[in-house]
Amino acid sequence: MIIRATLIAVRLAARINGRGVRLLAAACAAVMLAGSMAAHADAPPRRVVSMNLCTDQLAMLMADEGQLRSVSHLAIDPESSVLAEQARRFPINHGLAEEIFMMKPDLILSGTFTNRASIAMLKRLGFRLEEFPPSYSFPEIREQMLRMGRLLHREARAQELIGELDRQLAAIPEWIHGGRRPLAALHYANSYTSGSGTLASAIVERSGFENLGSRLGLTGMVRLPLEVLVNSAPDLIIGGLRPGTAPALAYQTFEHPALRAVLDGGELTSIPDRYWICGAPFTAQAVRLLSAHAPVLKAERGAAK
Amino acid sequence: MSYRLLLAALAVLVVLLFAISLLIGPAGLDVGTSIAGLLNGDNEAARLVMREIRLPRAILGLAIGATLGLSGAVLQGYLRNPLADPGVLGISASASLGAVIALYTGLSGAFALALPLMAMGGAVAAVVLIQLLSGTHAGTLTLILSGVAITSLSGALTSLALNLSPNPFAAVEILFWMLGSLADRSMLHVYLSLPFMLAGWVMLFALGRALDALTLGADVASSMGIRLRRTQWLAVLGTAASVGAATAVAGSISFVGLIVPHLLRPLVGAQPSRLLTASALGGAALLLASDIATRIIAPGRDLKLGVLTAIVGAPFFLWLVIKNRRNVL
Repeated sequence: MIIRATLIAVRLAARINGRGVRLLAAACAAVMLAGSMAAHADAPPRRVVSMNLCTDQLAMLMADEGQLRSVSHLAIDPESSVLAEQARRFPINHGLAEEIFMMKPDLILSGTFTNRASIAMLKRLGFRLEEFPPSYSFPEIREQMLRMGRLLHREARAQELIGELDRQLAAIPEWIHGGRRPLAALHYANSYTSGSGTLASAIVERSGFENLGSRLGLTGMVRLPLEVLVNSAPDLIIGGLRPGTAPALAYQTFEHPALRAVLDGGELTSIPDRYWICGAPFTAQAVRLLSAHAPVLKAERGAAK
Repeated sequence: MSYRLLLAALAVLVVLLFAISLLIGPAGLDVGTSIAGLLNGDNEAARLVMREIRLPRAILGLAIGATLGLSGAVLQGYLRNPLADPGVLGISASASLGAVIALYTGLSGAFALALPLMAMGGAVAAVVLIQLLSGTHAGTLTLILSGVAITSLSGALTSLALNLSPNPFAAVEILFWMLGSLADRSMLHVYLSLPFMLAGWVMLFALGRALDALTLGADVASSMGIRLRRTQWLAVLGTAASVGAATAVAGSISFVGLIVPHLLRPLVGAQPSRLLTASALGGAALLLASDIATRIIAPGRDLKLGVLTAIVGAPFFLWLVIKNRRNVL
């Protein structure tokens, strides 16, 4: 998701200083490594390095024993990563060209929003680099999983995981009641929301809700002014993307008296961020958690009438 | 134009802009619904939008604008320097630093008043520092250099504090603290800042007679019975309380305190005491107008207030520099 990519970009930006030195070192070492690569294009990759949270998690789920050599530092953050515990078994990288170069990977996995300077450098150095765009829908999640399976030569495992995702989704009933679906508003830090064409919107809709952002014709992750949210009188407000407990102005929107009044003494519905951020088998978990709220709302509205 | 007529015209302008500020917003309520929402509140959503979102924004626009206009007029009169203003002198920037420390360390989460108090602490430090550096008789050059130094130091420390915060959003919020915004402020912010701004205004308005006397020079003023030390304390504390509280909730907004007294000075016959009320009203009008413009130019984008005030203010500042060039060099 875009905000996650932005967060990662912000964190990475702090490390840009000193890159020139690293680039020089990396360029020198490149000459030594050139021969060892590109020899076995058809054999399964044996030294896979992932530098993006979402490819980290897919690779951890699919890779053969010893095939995956490193995951990104975000993979061990329990707020962002479902597989944080598992990720601790791997060496950590910070998406910097130099450290990835030193791991001598035969396949690098990255996201399309991963630090562009590092990506460009690694490509120049002749590494095999596969970029994964974020998944914005359930068909895209299946597609990405198949692609990951092919790249790792683990197609059977990929099919198995897709089957698991489909089984879990099938176990969650589709919205079958007639009439209007309850309206859910996604409300993130800084009053951002997800409109149509986002994974969050797909999750909300698959859970039996209408997404406010989509109803308003918004696309992607955009600002939804608080007064529009309040004026739309949503049945459910889902808070999210609130990493950490350190204070920031961005979080003041969660305490705004107008929002509190709409919640009417209740709290924001919260699904842990780690289930939303990446499209993966565990995306079904976000749908399951969220869909549990739909019948409750339906009953409440029925009682009110 | 007579003084009373000028004040009346400015007051009408402020009331008008306040009303427009209440009627503009992304929710697109029509005028009838808006007024109904503000007054009786049968429509729950409209009531919340009007009373909890737009009203605090309009109140803060008015109060912060008045604060900046008034403190600009006082500083220009007291320091007898046409380039004095809370933004140029670094008072807003150091108030921002105080607020940033209170907010991002979690201090204001534990104790809400820490936010305005720390901002005022920052503002007091800046005013005291300026007095130490340049005294009350300083030339324009010394004053501006002190202001530049304080602004850049405070700005750098603010950036440092925000970059050190573990919150990933903090670094982006440097923009807010340097350019200011009234977007999505709430009544909580009004309660937190308005009392301090009012206290500051009382101190600043009390300076009228002293400022008039000071135009004749400090010696003459003191022979006229003006207590210089008291005047100094009122100016320092009044500016710090009002500008500190304003900055704590809206970030530092520059140029309002600089432009407004200059525009109005010819109209009040260059008498500092008369300039105070006029500047307060003029500042309120300018800030309300700027805040309305941010919502019209880029709705939903949270365009920062300081962007607009700088677009208007910086050319004006250049014009001032050219006009004063002989004195400066």
